[in-house]
Amino acid sequence: MTGPLEQAGPEMGQNLEARTQLDVYTWYSPYVHRVAWVLKLKGIDYEFVEENLKDPNKRSPLLLNCNPVYRKIPVLIHHGKPIVESLFIIEYIDDTWKDNPILPTDPYERAMARFWASFIDERLLEGSKRVLSVKGDQLKMETKQVSDAMEVLEGMLEGKKFFGGEKIGFLDIAFGWIAIWLGAIEEAVGVEFFNRRKLPLLETWKDKFKEFHVVKDSLYPTEKLVRFFTKYRHSQLKLAAKK
Amino acid sequence: MSEEVKVFGTLGSPMSCRVELALKLKGVQYEYIEEDVHKNKSPLLLKYNPVHKKIPVLLHNGKPIAESLVILEYIEETWKGNPILPEDPYEKAMARFWARFLDEKCLPALWNAAWSPENEREKAVEEACDCLKTLESTLKGKRFFGGDTVGLVDIAAIFIGFWLRVLQEATGQELLSAEKFPDLVKWTDEFVSCSVVKESLPPRERLWAFFKARVAGAMDAQTNASK
Repeated sequence: MTGPLEQAGPEMGQNLEARTQLDVYTWYSPYVHRVAWVLKLKGIDYEFVEENLKDPNKRSPLLLNCNPVYRKIPVLIHHGKPIVESLFIIEYIDDTWKDNPILPTDPYERAMARFWASFIDERLLEGSKRVLSVKGDQLKMETKQVSDAMEVLEGMLEGKKFFGGEKIGFLDIAFGWIAIWLGAIEEAVGVEFFNRRKLPLLETWKDKFKEFHVVKDSLYPTEKLVRFFTKYRHSQLKLAAKK
Repeated sequence: MSEEVKVFGTLGSPMSCRVELALKLKGVQYEYIEEDVHKNKSPLLLKYNPVHKKIPVLLHNGKPIAESLVILEYIEETWKGNPILPEDPYEKAMARFWARFLDEKCLPALWNAAWSPENEREKAVEEACDCLKTLESTLKGKRFFGGDTVGLVDIAAIFIGFWLRVLQEATGQELLSAEKFPDLVKWTDEFVSCSVVKESLPPRERLWAFFKARVAGAMDAQTNASK
């Protein structure tokens, strides 16, 4: 079953594959979407290869060879060489295909982009996973931490259309899918992250980002994400109760 | 043009050392500011790293950068002499991957193996050795992770190059053995014998004393816990 991230034909000579998950198991992954968006933004032809992550025995030998340390997706394969870690893949793509640069050219701006991407992964991506897994006082605490991090991002948008300035950049790509996640997690858990009054710039940014052509084509209906997170939360709370 | 380069660090911190080593490798003059991160972080540190409130912080012409690996890449892109990253995009991606592996898996596993309680130690040591095995195979008999010269991954692995041996002596627990990891042990010797690396390292005795005190503290805690 393929979602909106349709398989594109492999480009002869370029020999580029995005070895990633494409199916019911990982359509929700922010890491995969990041890489797909960048490839699309740069107009790079690539082939999507499905990986079944649910069953570790079904992971392809190629995936295990390519990413023996983490055994995770996405893996980008270019000229037979594997690159892993979504943010490193994006930097690799930027280094290799110079059109439509995703990262800024100035070293200080690049350092800031890397720093804040790491912040986003730690406080928002991992943070939102924690929100899904707890309740009561712990939920209040984890929700507050995510909200605090969002206020920091709000501050960064001051006077800008996107985190990257006039155009979508590294941080927009890094945060993008997580923003969509957070919207669905709000519904699944019954918490609030996006507050139009407190975070007006982020609200506007989210609307503009979702309209952006490469993003629009990859969106799933919110209900699908909400159902997914509700199920995940249920299993996480059950696990916690057993301990 | 005069440049203002400052490093906010802590003596004994491998992260802080990474930054100083990279600057020294590139011949960049800088001012070092010692931070008491445990008891008394300076207002400047809190101003320059409000998000994490940690060292190291690099200040270049008034602009602060935090997170040691981010700082290393900034240093590489700003001062072009003696490159620490390869030019080839794939090799660069691999170097970044191994540096991240060190920070996310390897160093925490090593630290954990040294300090975990008795009942968890075996598993912790196994995890640490798995990481060392992975690094050993990455080295593949090269002189440095960076090839013929010290690179990003070597700098990132400075804890293994220096701190780990002192830690092993202090705890009496050997993780990095020459029999199991000959290439890695050879690398530690090569690495710390480089003059620029030697210049960047903290005094061995102080580090040893710090670890010894911590060992004593851990033993006291265990004794008290079992009373």
